[in-house]
Amino acid sequence: MKKIILMGNPNVGKSVIFSRLTGANVIASNYPGTTVDFSKGSMRLMGEKYEIIDAPGTYSLTPTNRAEEVALKLFKEGDIIINVVNATNLERNLYLTLEILEKKKPTIVALNLWDEAKHTGINIDVEKLEKILGVPVVPTTALTGEGIKELISRIKEAKIPQTKSSSEKERWAKIGKIIKSVEKVEHRHHTIKETISDATIKPVTGIPLAFIIIIASFWIVRFIGETLVNYIFDPIFQIYKPIALQISHLLGPGILHDIIIGRLVDGDISFMESMGLFTTGIYVPFAAVLPYIIAFYLILSILEDSGYLPRLATLVDNVFHKLGMHGHSIVTVFLGLGCNVPGALSTRILETRKQRFISATLLAISVPCMAQTAMVFGILGRYGLQYILIVFLTLMILYLLMGILLNRITKGESPEIFLEIPPYRRPSVLATLKKTWMRIRWFLKDAIPWLFLGVVLVNVLYSIGFIDWIGNLFAPIIEGILGLSKGATTALLVGFLRKDLAVGMLLPLNMTPNQLVIAATILTIYFPCVATFTVLLKELGLKDMIKSTVIMILTALTVGGILRLILIGW
Amino acid sequence: MAKNIVPLLKLREGEEGKIVDLKGGFGFQRKIRVMGLREGKKIRVISIQPVGGPITVGVGSNIVTIGRGMAQRVFVEVDQQ
Repeated sequence: MKKIILMGNPNVGKSVIFSRLTGANVIASNYPGTTVDFSKGSMRLMGEKYEIIDAPGTYSLTPTNRAEEVALKLFKEGDIIINVVNATNLERNLYLTLEILEKKKPTIVALNLWDEAKHTGINIDVEKLEKILGVPVVPTTALTGEGIKELISRIKEAKIPQTKSSSEKERWAKIGKIIKSVEKVEHRHHTIKETISDATIKPVTGIPLAFIIIIASFWIVRFIGETLVNYIFDPIFQIYKPIALQISHLLGPGILHDIIIGRLVDGDISFMESMGLFTTGIYVPFAAVLPYIIAFYLILSILEDSGYLPRLATLVDNVFHKLGMHGHSIVTVFLGLGCNVPGALSTRILETRKQRFISATLLAISVPCMAQTAMVFGILGRYGLQYILIVFLTLMILYLLMGILLNRITKGESPEIFLEIPPYRRPSVLATLKKTWMRIRWFLKDAIPWLFLGVVLVNVLYSIGFIDWIGNLFAPIIEGILGLSKGATTALLVGFLRKDLAVGMLLPLNMTPNQLVIAATILTIYFPCVATFTVLLKELGLKDMIKSTVIMILTALTVGGILRLILIGW
Repeated sequence: MAKNIVPLLKLREGEEGKIVDLKGGFGFQRKIRVMGLREGKKIRVISIQPVGGPITVGVGSNIVTIGRGMAQRVFVEVDQQ
């Protein structure tokens, strides 16, 4: 299949054009041997099927980071190039255009954000530009779809330009000439949009606004998540329940029943507690986690596409940079609070190994997912808010302290932030939905199988008595150092497979609130759940994952010991 | 009015200058230029984040957040006060 590659700077609406050109069959793909992702789809053109690839945004064909390296590799694989250019920022965008034209591939230019350019008083002589560049130039407004038909119909006119290769200096000189002859800019006043832009990036106003936006985002996530659970996912499982009960009757008691259906609670299936593969095993990933994942990804896409995310990254960069990361790491925390799996997947956007390692380790140590948070509230809420506060305060302090420490001891670089801040734009519904859909598909493929496997494993290990055995083995250490009741060790072990359940297992142990605080905190710190663990293993590699794991366990024991000293005494 | 050449980092919020020099290797210079920060362009400081945080600058219609280390290497010409 022939390949059409979309090339362009970041924030030029490339993904909106991509979503206009492609159908429903779009996927996010990982470039082999890298952690860089790009979107892939297909379209029909003159009876022939073409593969459409949305390359990562790049400012030039001389890569300065991994994403740009992938963009260059994809460019080389392309049969036709669609160079998406930002009409409101022609001068800077033309640098990449000239580099592309020098490479002698059939190229067509989409002059996107055409309406925004007109509104801001920028006039571009398209015919003249087309003549100078020697390839078709089509003005487009991808958001409304204007110009997309013309772009598609002119793809076949994509020409191999007659541009000689030149030096950087010559290119800038040429750009200067082009701009002079094709662009006219009218004087314009400060717009409301720019005032809002400034207010959200200046610390005095930006930080309070950031808090409001983050809290509002969580509210919306919760609202969307709950709505999906109550009106879509729960009703589906109510229909399914009689079927599962029927299977339970057919199987009768035995090990197969334990694995598939699990334990019956008062003769009935409890989707949260039965722990069978086809009860809890499908209920938790699909009805308890997935709705929130959908909500989180949707809100994240909107924050990205509206242009708010780079501003937020700017505001929090001072904190994250001191922890050896980058302002963008806030995405990992944001997603991680929903579910650690998408959080772990999001560490890819970070530039260096060091940044990814720190971000992933801190995520696993001190970012509780929604299921955990709910369980912490569940077991400690009855004793008073102060106990819950101790857990979360400990985790927050730990995030900062461990970050500072890891920044010191981790080898490698954490480059400074260098980020374009695009103007605020209305997100495209189509592009946002497609992006959300691609991410959810990614989650389903990467996480759900592991959640299944976790349930199977825990059931098998439980049935054969392995968990009790290993629990007894480690009990003196864990219960001794942490001052917990007997039996807590088993709960902690189950926690590797399912954190939320493990918290539930702590309940019948008759522990004091202080003991519960310690156990709940440790449960969050010491190990990620099996799904997160697997994703992290894939993202970090075996060596770094072992390091990360050792750090997690040591941290858990240290923090647990300190909490014990403070809360219970020796 | 007399002119002064200072690193971008010396400018305060709201102040303007003209980029005159990018001190660093070819890679650094190109990276900065393709983001719109080129010699001869007017640059204004939009915000400075506290406690060692990055600064955000505007060049024409470009807005860019840049770390302090890099801002130290971008030299601008300003009116002497």
